[in-house]
Amino acid sequence: MAVKRLILNFPAHLVDQPVTYKLIKKFDLRVNILRARITPREEGKLMVEISGKKSKLEAGLRYLAELGLAVQSLAQEVNRRQERCIECGACVSICPSGALAVERPTMHVSFFGDKCIACELCVPACPYKAMEILF
Amino acid sequence: MAKTIREINEKIKHGKAVVVDAEEVIEMVRQKGIKQAATEVDVVTTGTFAPMCSSGAYFNTGHSRPRIKLGGGRVTLNDVPAYTGFAAVDLFLGSTALPEDDPRNRIYPGKFAYGGAHVIEDLVAGKDVRLVAQAYGTDCYPRRGLDSWIRLEDMNEAVLFNMRNAYQNYNVAVNLSDRVIHTYMGLLQPGMRNATYCSAGQLSPLMNDPYYRTIGMGTAIFLGGGVGYIVGSGTQHNPTVPRGENGVPRMGAGTLCVMGNLKQMSSRWLRGASFTGYGTTLAVGIGVPIPILDEEVLRFASVQDADIFAQVVDYSEAYPNCNPISLGEVSYAQLKSGSISVRGKKVKTAGLSSYARAKEIATILREWILNGRFFLTESSVSLPSVDSGIQFRPLTERPVQNRATPMGLQRLGVDSSI
Repeated sequence: MAVKRLILNFPAHLVDQPVTYKLIKKFDLRVNILRARITPREEGKLMVEISGKKSKLEAGLRYLAELGLAVQSLAQEVNRRQERCIECGACVSICPSGALAVERPTMHVSFFGDKCIACELCVPACPYKAMEILF
Repeated sequence: MAKTIREINEKIKHGKAVVVDAEEVIEMVRQKGIKQAATEVDVVTTGTFAPMCSSGAYFNTGHSRPRIKLGGGRVTLNDVPAYTGFAAVDLFLGSTALPEDDPRNRIYPGKFAYGGAHVIEDLVAGKDVRLVAQAYGTDCYPRRGLDSWIRLEDMNEAVLFNMRNAYQNYNVAVNLSDRVIHTYMGLLQPGMRNATYCSAGQLSPLMNDPYYRTIGMGTAIFLGGGVGYIVGSGTQHNPTVPRGENGVPRMGAGTLCVMGNLKQMSSRWLRGASFTGYGTTLAVGIGVPIPILDEEVLRFASVQDADIFAQVVDYSEAYPNCNPISLGEVSYAQLKSGSISVRGKKVKTAGLSSYARAKEIATILREWILNGRFFLTESSVSLPSVDSGIQFRPLTERPVQNRATPMGLQRLGVDSSI
């Protein structure tokens, strides 16, 4: 079982295509949509967690590439600006996925990009504008 | 075995002082006992790095040619208004000041992206800031307007002057209502789904000298990355609150008024903050050295998180209405563990005060002392303590009855209704 958190960038001509449906039906993948920003006749972005057999997942990703979808890893879309972060931890109790966490007993604040679901809750919660969402 | 500050400074001069931070000293006292540790340790360093709203800075910009009298006029720095009610080119900028065109909470919750605190951070970072002034013009100060870039190094004086910093303990904030609230304690989720606190606990300066035995007017400190001084007790200094057996207040108590030369400070330790829905404020780094004069001072300085308690307060009803109801008492050890129990419910916690940075400040101050860069000062006046009889007063409102009375007549003591 492989899991990938990805951003699927839909070019305008694919926005009305049932891409997610095909990922599920043709490749037997579980597609969990975390966020979507798709408007008709424009480019769209879909943030998904895809899981399934490793071979099927790879085949699914090949299918997406052939279609002309640009696929990015989710971790690249969320960024902690180290120089702005003061490691107070204000974001930690807000973060639903544990991507922002406190190491004890040093109380250093860490950001694990692979756990982030880009819900953006940390953005207004951070007084120092340390969290950046590029999605 | 009692020591004096002069003796400790002699040791610092000769590189022989033993300095530990307020976290390290806990373990040291546990291993060696108070008596032995008190003979060995000369200084315990403390630290805190947290938002402190009653912070600001004053500046003397230097005189323009021809001269302008900013006093009584209007001045903005990067659009943020500064207070001008002084002599010709002296200004005060507060951390919570906002540009006049900031929408504030009109579009709720407001973002408060830039305010006085950010101007201070930008200046300290060496950035150019735009100074715009309108003045009324006088015979000796004829100029009426100014629009110029200005930098910290161009100014005659730039002094951080914070009238209330380093609160000795603070509330733990929760939200009992059914909607998200935005406070200076951060975003509070409904139904007590999170709790925020704001103290470095065992590292925090006044937690380690609860009766202010060594901290007072004139104490040299780490302030914003440079050397500053304690001017006296801060506003709302309230030493007479209930305390634990270890002397540590169980709620907000003492405060410090501090000042220091902004030109030697760093934007790592003075940081503009934007609290969504609340406003701007300045995160200030402060470290206070505690001279271990005797065993009692060391006993206080070796306090640990498990023995420091704070009150849980509802910020949806109780706090805004000035209703001093506590939902319970929790220790900093519990707060730092990531969750507390309030009224039988497990609540996730988050700190607004950076413990990691507080530790870094205590470490830096320790290094300064060990390297003979920083000496202790004798305080000239002690801060008011438990025997001061200080009472913390709410505002006693005396509503104006006849609002129709023109201000001019009011000032003359004339009531137009007669």
